[in-house]
Amino acid sequence: MPQVMDADRMGRALTRIAHEILERNRGTSELALVGIRTRGVPLARRIAHSLRDINGEEVPTGALDITLYRDDLMRQPVGPQPVVRRTEVPFSIDDKRILLVDDVLYTGRTIRAALDALIDFGRPRAIQLIVLVDRGHRELPIKADYVGKNLPTSPKQSVQVRLQEIDGADEVVINDPEGV
Amino acid sequence: MLRSRHLLGIADLDAEEIQRILDTAEAMKEIAARPIKKVPTLRGRTVVNLFFEPSTRTRMSFEVAEKRLSADTLSIAVATSSVTKGETLLDTVRNLEAMAPDMIVMRHASSGAPHLLARLCRSAIINAGDGMHEHPTQALLDAFTIRAHKKRLDGLKVSIVGDLMHSRVLRSNIQLLNKMGAEVWACGPSTLMPTDLARFGVRPTTSIDEAVDQADVVMMLRIQHERMHGHFIPSTREYFSLFGLTPERLRRAKDDVIIMHPGPMNRGVEIDSEVADGPYSVILEQVSNGVAVRMAVLYLLAGQEAEAD
Amino acid sequence: MKTLLKGGRVIDPANGRDGEMDVLIENGTIARVARTLPADGAEVFELRRGWIVAPGLIDMHVHLREPGQEHKETVATGTAAAVAGGFTAVACMPNTDPINDHPGITELILRKTAQANLARVYPIGAVSLGSRGEQLAELGAQKAAGCVGFTDDGRPVATALLMRRALEYAGMLGVPIIDHCEDPSLKGDGVAHEGYRAATMGLRGIPGVAESIMVERDIALAELTGGAFHVAHMSARQSVRAVRDAKMRGGSRVTCEVAPHHFILTDESLERPTRYDTNVKMNPPLREQADRDAMLDGIADGTVDVIATDHAPHHLDEKLVEFDRAPFGIVGLETAVPLVFDRLVHAGRIGLPRMIELLSVNPARVLALPGGSLAEGRPADVTILAPDAPVSIRASALRSKSKNTPFDGWSLRGGVAATIVGGRVVYRNEQA
Repeated sequence: MPQVMDADRMGRALTRIAHEILERNRGTSELALVGIRTRGVPLARRIAHSLRDINGEEVPTGALDITLYRDDLMRQPVGPQPVVRRTEVPFSIDDKRILLVDDVLYTGRTIRAALDALIDFGRPRAIQLIVLVDRGHRELPIKADYVGKNLPTSPKQSVQVRLQEIDGADEVVINDPEGV
Repeated sequence: MLRSRHLLGIADLDAEEIQRILDTAEAMKEIAARPIKKVPTLRGRTVVNLFFEPSTRTRMSFEVAEKRLSADTLSIAVATSSVTKGETLLDTVRNLEAMAPDMIVMRHASSGAPHLLARLCRSAIINAGDGMHEHPTQALLDAFTIRAHKKRLDGLKVSIVGDLMHSRVLRSNIQLLNKMGAEVWACGPSTLMPTDLARFGVRPTTSIDEAVDQADVVMMLRIQHERMHGHFIPSTREYFSLFGLTPERLRRAKDDVIIMHPGPMNRGVEIDSEVADGPYSVILEQVSNGVAVRMAVLYLLAGQEAEAD
Repeated sequence: MKTLLKGGRVIDPANGRDGEMDVLIENGTIARVARTLPADGAEVFELRRGWIVAPGLIDMHVHLREPGQEHKETVATGTAAAVAGGFTAVACMPNTDPINDHPGITELILRKTAQANLARVYPIGAVSLGSRGEQLAELGAQKAAGCVGFTDDGRPVATALLMRRALEYAGMLGVPIIDHCEDPSLKGDGVAHEGYRAATMGLRGIPGVAESIMVERDIALAELTGGAFHVAHMSARQSVRAVRDAKMRGGSRVTCEVAPHHFILTDESLERPTRYDTNVKMNPPLREQADRDAMLDGIADGTVDVIATDHAPHHLDEKLVEFDRAPFGIVGLETAVPLVFDRLVHAGRIGLPRMIELLSVNPARVLALPGGSLAEGRPADVTILAPDAPVSIRASALRSKSKNTPFDGWSLRGGVAATIVGGRVVYRNEQA
């Protein structure tokens, strides 16, 4: 189970992303962070924290559950219905620049669902995408604006992001399928 | 997740499943606060609302829930259907089935009618009230409302007052509340108590004062005027004097008591207007929570159906 | 034309006979019953070891549905079911369409019976015109046409006065009044036994006392008038007590019958194996365990005189509806013998002679029929029973036109090997 990112490198990647955000948006006005459940949410909070450390301003942060927007919901041959959790976007997204945050960018389908969900909350001026890891293999025309680490993988592998808040440690690991 | 592909009654759910439905409903409730109160979850799914008994509240609630989940819905009320032309329930449903609905939400005056359908047709059946038997989504929304106020269900004293014998709301609520660890009291005139009420898992009483005393929740049931005909009660006036919920009687309850009613209310028969519209009343919340709970049920059962296919 | 039944155990309680004996049938009557009889030109029917030769079984409570409801049953299909169930005779209830309150209908039924030429059919006439409880039917004419008893079955004899007059008048004619005992106001629109089960399932209840109140009324009137009163399909423990008390007091002619479902099933069947199964909806309803046990006690201690099936065929479509809209009743002719063997005889509750009394001797006595006996000179109505034959009940295989039985799929021990009516073998079970 090779580790490809440890706590230290993850921290630095997120700080770098925070700087890139400020540079590209010329400050934090009209910005808001929305993390995709589950692990996008603590990542969004950390980025908000970094932004405050850098320029002292509070960026509103929300959480988005995209379960009800998934395109595979009613197609699963077997398996229980995924758990739906609360979406909390306690601010208007109208005319905001929304920074959508997820842990891993893969096929792009989660982001597609998240975009649909976000649009239902209003009309943001722009949506930018932040991911900690981009592992390739896109199935939809989606591209991240800020990437913590580009990680070439094979589709058979799985990429796991672990976070202190949820998993008790910060790291990214690649798992090869069993028996390979 | 849910073991059955139908929701016929609380009898078929265990505590874990009830918890799951209530938790899912929490997430669904947030959708009502959005500018666009609609998610694409059940897009392409057809849900038929088949109401053999008049109902405004429950049918509206299901329709809103279905639309918020983007299902295609079709509502059939008894007056406009061919049931009145002597067609049997089975014929009606077979005809509907030719349109391949994924789910049928059904209200019927006969206890067990949804169980018959569940045995005979392919669609998933949601019981929206069958005779005097069960009304599972009402009990779920009641539990959801109680939980929102009390943050728990176990250990609460919940008193249900009214026409116990004919109430499907009572039967579903007793089972749900017992499964979740609440202490349930059932109060009403002895003529309107079901046989062996104590075996239902409740404390039966004919004293509303005893029922209300230190109650966390008081749930009032509707008394129908036709009950006078079966010699159940002498008059609605006498009923109100013995069992009506008045502000004076309510003083015995806990300070943070909540008052519930599944509707439609008979003001001045089972409940004083002052109580119904007062600060303890959560009756309108029940209505809005109904949508979230029914969305949760539709969502969870839609998944079950995918499994069965 | 001679037939010799060879090698069976003859159980003939009416004549005090029980043992290995041969039975010679000649010209449709019992010619001789003795330990060993020579074939002497007779056709020999070799019985297997353990088989029983009994006087023909009689089901005194059957709905043949003809005239008027031939989609449920006819005299022909009903008597085919009867002989397959081991019954050489049935008494048919008058709640046909129209109600059998007139000799024309009795004659029609008897004509159909002769055409079918299987079991004997004894019509029971209506007590009142249209069973409406308003005016006494012409019981004398009906008796002359062939009726052997009177009832307003499907509903009770409406008033105490009508019941009194009926008992007096039928007493004069030497026939009993059979009453479907039920207080209509207590029954209301009930669909199941009033108890915990119906209460939790939201089904309107019929209390046991709805029956026993009427049983008590009728016993009082039987005592007043001296007429013969027979309780149809008794189901409530309170009724058993009332009949037992009346018999202990003596001085009245009170008899009663119980249907197999009432001494086997309880209201638990409303829930298991299938919830709201309309094939467990009957009137009187399946009651609770205490009632079921009271039936078993009554059968064992002699309070119960007769086992009758209340065979009530209904078309599949009629039963495939909401529970409270479904008609009451189940078929019973082809399941009674295996159920009695398995649940009463093999369960050790009654012996074989008592079984024959309940199913043959006593119904013949109550209705004053020629059957119930293997005495020489009697019509050769004989049922040959196979007490150890394995029986699996399959609704689809029933000969009755209707398949509404809650016993579908049951495996039981004890069945019918052959049924002989008037010396003619009308049914032979090759599996026995």
